[in-house]
Amino acid sequence: MPDLLLELFSEEIPARMQRRAAEDLKKLVTDALVERGFLYEGAKAFATPRRLALHIAGLPVKGQDVREERKGPRVGSPEAAIQGFLKGAGLASIDQAKIESDPKKGEFYVAVIEKPGRSTPDVLAEILPNIVKNFPWPKSMRWGAASREPGSLRWVRPLHSIVCTFGPETEDPEVVRFDVDGIGSGDVTKGHRFLAPDEIRVKRFDDYAPALERAKVVIDTDRRKDMILHDAKDLAFAQGLELVEDEGLLEEVAGLVEWPVVLMGSFDEAFLDIPPEVIRTTIRANQKCFVLRDPATGKLANKFLLTSNLIASDGGKTIVGGNERVVRARLSDANFFWKTDQQVKLEDRLEKLKSIVFHEKLGTQYERVERIAALAKELAPIVGADPELAERAARLAKADLVTEMVGEFPELQGLMGRYYATLQGEHASVAAAIEEHYKPLGPSDRVPTDLVSVAVALADKIDTLVGFWAIDEKPTGSKDPYALRRAALGVIRLALAGHNLKLSDIIWRHFARVREDAAQMQAIAHLAPVAERAVQLSAQGSDLAVKLLAIVREHHQDSLIEATSLEQAFYDYQATSDLLSFFADRLKVYLRDQGARHDLIDAVFALEGQDDLLMIVRRVEALGRFLDTEDGKNLLAGYRRAANILRIEEKKDGRAYNEVPDLQIVNDQGQIEEKILAVALYGEDGSREGARKAIDSEDFEGAMRALSRLRQPVDAFFDKVTVNAEDPALRANRLRLLNSIREATRTVADFSRIEG
Amino acid sequence: MSEPAHMNPARSFQGLILTLQRYWAEQGCVILQPYDMEVGAGTFHPATTLRALGPKSWRAAYVQPSRRPKDGRYGENPNRLQHYYQFQVILKPNPPNLQELYLGSLKAIGIDTALHDIRFVEDDWESPTLGAWGLGWECWCDGMEVSQFTYFQQVAGFECSPVAGELTYGLERLAMYLQGVESIYDLNFNGLDGVEKVTYGDVFLQAEQEYSRHNFEHADTEMLFRHFRDAEAACRKYLEAGEPKPDANDQRHLMALPAYDQCIKASHMFNLLDARGVISVTERQSYILRVRELAKACGAAWLKTEGGGVAA
Repeated sequence: MPDLLLELFSEEIPARMQRRAAEDLKKLVTDALVERGFLYEGAKAFATPRRLALHIAGLPVKGQDVREERKGPRVGSPEAAIQGFLKGAGLASIDQAKIESDPKKGEFYVAVIEKPGRSTPDVLAEILPNIVKNFPWPKSMRWGAASREPGSLRWVRPLHSIVCTFGPETEDPEVVRFDVDGIGSGDVTKGHRFLAPDEIRVKRFDDYAPALERAKVVIDTDRRKDMILHDAKDLAFAQGLELVEDEGLLEEVAGLVEWPVVLMGSFDEAFLDIPPEVIRTTIRANQKCFVLRDPATGKLANKFLLTSNLIASDGGKTIVGGNERVVRARLSDANFFWKTDQQVKLEDRLEKLKSIVFHEKLGTQYERVERIAALAKELAPIVGADPELAERAARLAKADLVTEMVGEFPELQGLMGRYYATLQGEHASVAAAIEEHYKPLGPSDRVPTDLVSVAVALADKIDTLVGFWAIDEKPTGSKDPYALRRAALGVIRLALAGHNLKLSDIIWRHFARVREDAAQMQAIAHLAPVAERAVQLSAQGSDLAVKLLAIVREHHQDSLIEATSLEQAFYDYQATSDLLSFFADRLKVYLRDQGARHDLIDAVFALEGQDDLLMIVRRVEALGRFLDTEDGKNLLAGYRRAANILRIEEKKDGRAYNEVPDLQIVNDQGQIEEKILAVALYGEDGSREGARKAIDSEDFEGAMRALSRLRQPVDAFFDKVTVNAEDPALRANRLRLLNSIREATRTVADFSRIEG
Repeated sequence: MSEPAHMNPARSFQGLILTLQRYWAEQGCVILQPYDMEVGAGTFHPATTLRALGPKSWRAAYVQPSRRPKDGRYGENPNRLQHYYQFQVILKPNPPNLQELYLGSLKAIGIDTALHDIRFVEDDWESPTLGAWGLGWECWCDGMEVSQFTYFQQVAGFECSPVAGELTYGLERLAMYLQGVESIYDLNFNGLDGVEKVTYGDVFLQAEQEYSRHNFEHADTEMLFRHFRDAEAACRKYLEAGEPKPDANDQRHLMALPAYDQCIKASHMFNLLDARGVISVTERQSYILRVRELAKACGAAWLKTEGGGVAA
């Protein structure tokens, strides 16, 4: 079966887009073929910096023939009807139609229309131009003289030529001819930009790939990656070193070369005094080079590996020399940052945070730090951290944002703070918290264990969430620009590591802090033009300006007062409960991912005031275990029976039986089983009280044990006692007793939510 | 080429400039001189910004002294300057072989592609103040960025039709590589030796020190704020004055260029104020927006001139 070869040859495609583009090309072409009834045996797409290529194997030469019979008018019909039939069926004369007959209609004409399947190249020539024109590049551009016209072709970078051939292995394939905005398809491509710039005529994929290989182009990204990795490891090994592997970098580098040549360079050993993360980040971000380490000590070596796109005539000496120069300059910069950053203490940098806006409605980083510090101090005793250390760590946590190093390499935030904190003699926990307060960054990121880190990490995330809730910028659908879901998950994971947080109180209190800063921002935005003018005038010594400034300040005060009004408090209350239900949703998602039963989660969440994440989870776990026991299962059955009877009778009577049962009636008129149940519920050692006490001391197992003591009395009650007694007072009291069972279980969970 | 040794681009800074000028002159570019105003980058030259707009073909190359007040380091950093040179090339529409032409220019200044690893690494360009963006690359030579290569898609908020190709060479950095020196100030400027040798430091070190003091400590902010407002107002005024009367036969705009000068000026005033640290982060965005509005209005005016494609 014949093969298709397609190549789109362009100027350099961004590395990050290549893999996706190759996949898109494959999908678009194969989908379009399948849609038209063309099946194929296999397809593979390739990308290099200068080309996308597609090979589809085993396509038919042409599409399926289609045969259609169309019934016409009766023989002897008027001429007009005959002519209309001929025209519709595409026949030249009535002789071409055959005559059939059936008993009802008699003899009539039938046209047999045979549509031969279209040739595959024709179909390809029809579908490919549209695919090229509408290719889903993340960013595309126009270029050249053609861009004078509106609607000219867009591609990721200028598209230069197209190869498209189709044919069987045994014969010379044909060029599938089409034209996209003046670029005609053909069978000519080019090799490596510098090593084999000449044109290459290709026939099909089988000779295309080797011809390009000879022309120093490896079309398969994964093979280029393998080559780089293999050579890098070899070069490292030869020096007794180990490659610091980096998949992201490898993928990117493979997208920057058509013919990878790995070379080793080195830098002055003195630079190894710079933290290794900084060296690695510098060399990676700026130079796209790999670093190496000594396998014995694990320390970085003063070597790096670059991947060039050239077999250089001097063996790469010049290239290495050039790269070494740049690495040297970059490391000098990094070293300079490292040294100068140490000259300013972290606490002395805080002032600068005033000039960094965190969010225009939420104030500056400085204000945010103040809030986080207050919250961290408040949270510290709850998680068992030293409040002073937590406050200190929180106050310094963002200071590294204004260091030179983090300014240059934002991804080193936190880590640099830790280095600088350690160097200026901060407590080890403070230094650790500065780095770790960003954690956990995702579902698989490590949760910090140092308690100071926990306090600051919680404060950082809760402040973010409360802040964006305060200004009503919540995540919607797939949009979560401030990563608030991640922040909530972070809080959940931190809490579940063993910290009891009464979230509603914490959030409610923090709203007030955020609100104050937000109000200030609003006031400032409002008064900014006036203030600017006032400052300018006062610089000129104007009396009027002094008055103006006083007015500005007064208004400023007013807006603060407004912000703390009752209305605001009400709004805060709503926002708090809204944020709590967001936490509840995230927790459900998290627990479900962990394999917990969603009905048990719902059963616990249905209770009022569930805001302690750790307790919720413990309760869910205890409930699950309890329901697995015989006692649990029977109690659940008993509960359901009670609830069912109640539902029916309450509906019938049009009233609820939620009063406490009259124990006197039980005592005087009740059956023995009823008395036992009453004692089990209300007695000194009764389940209601027992379960409540256990819950209060957060002993969920104890609560379940207390409930399980109800099981036998409930079973016996249903066995022997008729609820619907003749005596209405007795009946009502029995219904109240059933309600007490329902109530008792609610101390643990809402049993009505439990399934199965 | 029969240049004397001291004009060799690998030996002299001016040799590098002259070689690039000659090369691009041979590609049909008009070789312009720097624009006589303070600008942040070669792109601000009306030969690029305004000429990139409208249907007319255009090829130009020029050196543009560029001022980035914030980048001053009192002459103490070997890689950073508040005043430096860009070599700017604009070809409109971009010819299909622009990449080859660019590589040819590297060859002309002595970068042999059999020895050096030249790479086109994704880098999309955007100028918020000019309301301009394009797609392209930073061009690497042995791991060092030596040029910026951009296909303009939009300038002053208008779609470029046709698209221009823009090349910007960072001359100091390129020269440092060619000459093999580690500090800008050690660059040989005139290519001579001994007592006749003039270095980049001889020419510019004092200026870097003085302007750093000026930019960071002493620039008169009152005056700069005033000049910003004045330039903004003047730009609007000239644009309005040059606007064709609705009933006139000639519907051309008559003062796009003088108005654009004021836009350039406002932009530079903003850069100076920014370096002095008197523009808060919140205000920053609004200043940039104000300059962009001017640039857009100037672009619109330019499109109504002969240079912008309106028949005389």
